[in-house]
Amino acid sequence: MPLIVSTNKGLYCPSGDFYIDPWRPVERAIITHAHSDHARRFNTNYYCVDRGSGILRYRLGEDLNIIALEYGQVIKFNDVEVSLHPAGHILGSAQVRVQHDGEVWVVSGDYKRDPDPTCEPFEVIPCDTFITESTFGLPIYSWTPDTEVFEAINSWWRRNRDDGKSSLLLGYSLGKAQRLLLGVDSSIGPIYTHGAIEPINDIYRLSGVPIPETTRVPLTKQKIDYSGALIVAPPAVLGSAWTRRFGTVSTAFASGWMRIRGMRRRHAVDRGFTLSDHADWYSLLRTIKETGAKKIFVTHGYSDVLVRYLKDHGIDADTMETQFTGEAEEAEIEQGIASEIDVNASDTEAEQINNSESEISDGNTANE
Amino acid sequence: MNRFSQLFVSLDETNKTSEKTAILRDYFENAPPADAAWGVYFLTGRKIRQLIPRARLAEWTMELSGIAPWMFQECYDSVGDLGETLALLLPPVPSSATIDIPLSQLVEERLLPLRDSTPEEQRAGIVDLWMKLSETGRFVLNKIINGSLRLGVSQQLVINALAKSSGLDEATVAHRLMGEWKPTEEFFKALVHEDTGDTESSKPYPFFLSYPLENPSETLGDFSDWYAEWKWDGIRAQLVKRDGQVFIWSRGEELVTERFPEITDAAECLPNGTVLDGEILAWKDAEVLPFHDLQTRITRKTVSKKLLADAPVIFMCFDLLELNGEDKRAESLADRRRLLTGLLTPGALDETPSCRAQLNPVLRVSPLTGGTSWTELAAMRETSRALKVEGLMLKRAISKYGVGRRKGDWWKWKIDPYSVDAVLISAQKGSGKRASLYTDYTFGVWRDGKLVSVAKAYSGLTDAEIRQVDAFVRKNTLEKFGPVRTVKPELVFEIAFEGIQASTRHKSGVAVRFPRILRWRTDKTIQDADSIDALTALLDNEGK
Repeated sequence: MPLIVSTNKGLYCPSGDFYIDPWRPVERAIITHAHSDHARRFNTNYYCVDRGSGILRYRLGEDLNIIALEYGQVIKFNDVEVSLHPAGHILGSAQVRVQHDGEVWVVSGDYKRDPDPTCEPFEVIPCDTFITESTFGLPIYSWTPDTEVFEAINSWWRRNRDDGKSSLLLGYSLGKAQRLLLGVDSSIGPIYTHGAIEPINDIYRLSGVPIPETTRVPLTKQKIDYSGALIVAPPAVLGSAWTRRFGTVSTAFASGWMRIRGMRRRHAVDRGFTLSDHADWYSLLRTIKETGAKKIFVTHGYSDVLVRYLKDHGIDADTMETQFTGEAEEAEIEQGIASEIDVNASDTEAEQINNSESEISDGNTANE
Repeated sequence: MNRFSQLFVSLDETNKTSEKTAILRDYFENAPPADAAWGVYFLTGRKIRQLIPRARLAEWTMELSGIAPWMFQECYDSVGDLGETLALLLPPVPSSATIDIPLSQLVEERLLPLRDSTPEEQRAGIVDLWMKLSETGRFVLNKIINGSLRLGVSQQLVINALAKSSGLDEATVAHRLMGEWKPTEEFFKALVHEDTGDTESSKPYPFFLSYPLENPSETLGDFSDWYAEWKWDGIRAQLVKRDGQVFIWSRGEELVTERFPEITDAAECLPNGTVLDGEILAWKDAEVLPFHDLQTRITRKTVSKKLLADAPVIFMCFDLLELNGEDKRAESLADRRRLLTGLLTPGALDETPSCRAQLNPVLRVSPLTGGTSWTELAAMRETSRALKVEGLMLKRAISKYGVGRRKGDWWKWKIDPYSVDAVLISAQKGSGKRASLYTDYTFGVWRDGKLVSVAKAYSGLTDAEIRQVDAFVRKNTLEKFGPVRTVKPELVFEIAFEGIQASTRHKSGVAVRFPRILRWRTDKTIQDADSIDALTALLDNEGK
């Protein structure tokens, strides 16, 4: 019997009787990170990295029953040893190492190899079987060093400021937004954030990530001159009434998908910055090689492509069906909307803005 | 090249007309004239004929990057653009190794000579360029090589920017850009040179174009201020007669003189210094033939005697732009029509109708529909199908002949299209903006309990609907044939089209003209979709 199988509830370890990132409620859920396609409600017990538990509670509810682990700490389910290791995806994100009878399997969750000061760097875990994501599993996806990307973002912001424009920078509210905030040159101008992002900034700050000072875009009708400012918001706001308050604005989207011109044009943003929290094609191959695994399972993304490539190169590989979203970052758009609604619930005083935000909630209904 | 690549990037980064104009002005004012000439060439949508087969460019890229053909195909399907796929897959070059070649030099010295080179020389030439250009430079180069460079600006915007940077008026610039010219330093200098009133004898005028009528015709005001004509389904063209020579220009600014010898012959009787605007129509036995018949006159390499007999053409004139060498565009439509009628039917304006005689039966004046009220006109419009016209043209009697597509004076009031409810049966990924989304659909209707394909349609859905259909396709794929996925028949769409003909290409045996999605019929199930009988009935209706 394989150590980990895909069931209708999620990735399951029969010997240890636990699930990893399950998509239906289970007794024991090991959570790699808090993005919505990996962390869902109604599980009885959640096992995750201590530094990621704050975000998990914020996303899924304060009353969550969480068993927080340190990276590398071993916990036993029956005679199966489980430990969590940095995945470099977002703060507190983990790969799951599962060992039984001398056999080691690793579930990567989402991961990247590029440096990211908002989270712990990816650690290569030698294993026999490696279950990897492949969100960007095509050779067209290769990332430029983030220093170059941030130089481009800074010069875009600086030029907008000099032209008297505001700069609306879109990025997923959990992870990408914080990476952007830490990477930009905050001396260029004031920084504002959307209501879906600011609470997560606070959690990051509490964990010791030095996110620069940001102001949440107020929901009141208060007149603010945004020219010269940088506003960081989730992609879901694009085209909504919420963006109208920023005056003459230049828009940009930071995402791995921006590598493709057609993607940028479809999102109708002025600029696309290629910055991803996932491994690019070359990092996927490098990681697979470095784990030394003899067997590779590929979950979401361009799994068919990666499997065929690996087989062509003499590596034993297969797809593993999951409900992790193939186009993970697109899925996070919905997530961005959802969290904004959570935030609104506590913002009853801001009635005058309800119109603009009902537009966003409509979008959410349509997505479901 | 760097300046031109930067122009491409800058234009790509904004959709504001004012910013695009400023970017273009900056380019025209600072680029060396020899480069700017090529810049204008590409900006106005002109292309150099495919230099190197696409397959070969792909092959070289695969060799250089060590990528297998199937993987290349996967990448291409996700990117949706060959030039971009190549640029993304080629091995990266350090910026210190890149060079800047002037655009004119690149095209004239490095690219055009490759047309007559051996495949080995071509490979060496292109690879050498690839290895000296940045990713953006490669992308623009690839698009130039395979003739697919689009800079996202309208001809009007280019004209506007050129006029602003040269201090000329737009009409002069537009006129100088018409017809055939070579992108040389001299050309660009002459293009922006102060107005000397010179025009080459072959040059047509910029076409004036109409907008579709969206509001009720009554909103146009007093009926008596308007002329109504039938909207003919032919090829829009200008007929130019100057210095004893005849030129026929299509709307795409192509010289099509040789395709239509009947019109060229007929135009001999026109005085020198005449320019007429009208529609070329296939015409036989006193009525217009379907557009399909006219197409044979364009697509066949030679105009054979048989073709001339099967699909003879006429020129249905509706405007006069120049008479006796004088530009008449600033005169009112009423005056221009009077001159046109006087020219083509001598005596028509005299008191005694008996004097009327056609100058030549091939040159006709498009008749006014008459009528006394909008209501009466609306009733006439309903007869369009029987008359084999597309509907009506409404033109303000006092209007000048403008430049380009302008709202206000010319409206097209087409008849409502045919429509059919059809089922989505297969889908393919789109290209460009729609790359990696399933946006190209094939639709089927019922025949003997099976769905047979009748039409492919690409447009008509909102972005949100496209995303929903894309998700549906991914979740409901039955089979994959290369890039095409057949899907579970479930979604019903109302498909509009302009005409219908018997065809062997579609399983249904019919082909429809200009199909597009009118709306997504979420209220209908596949059982509610139409059957092929509904279409074959129309086929009889069309008289084919």
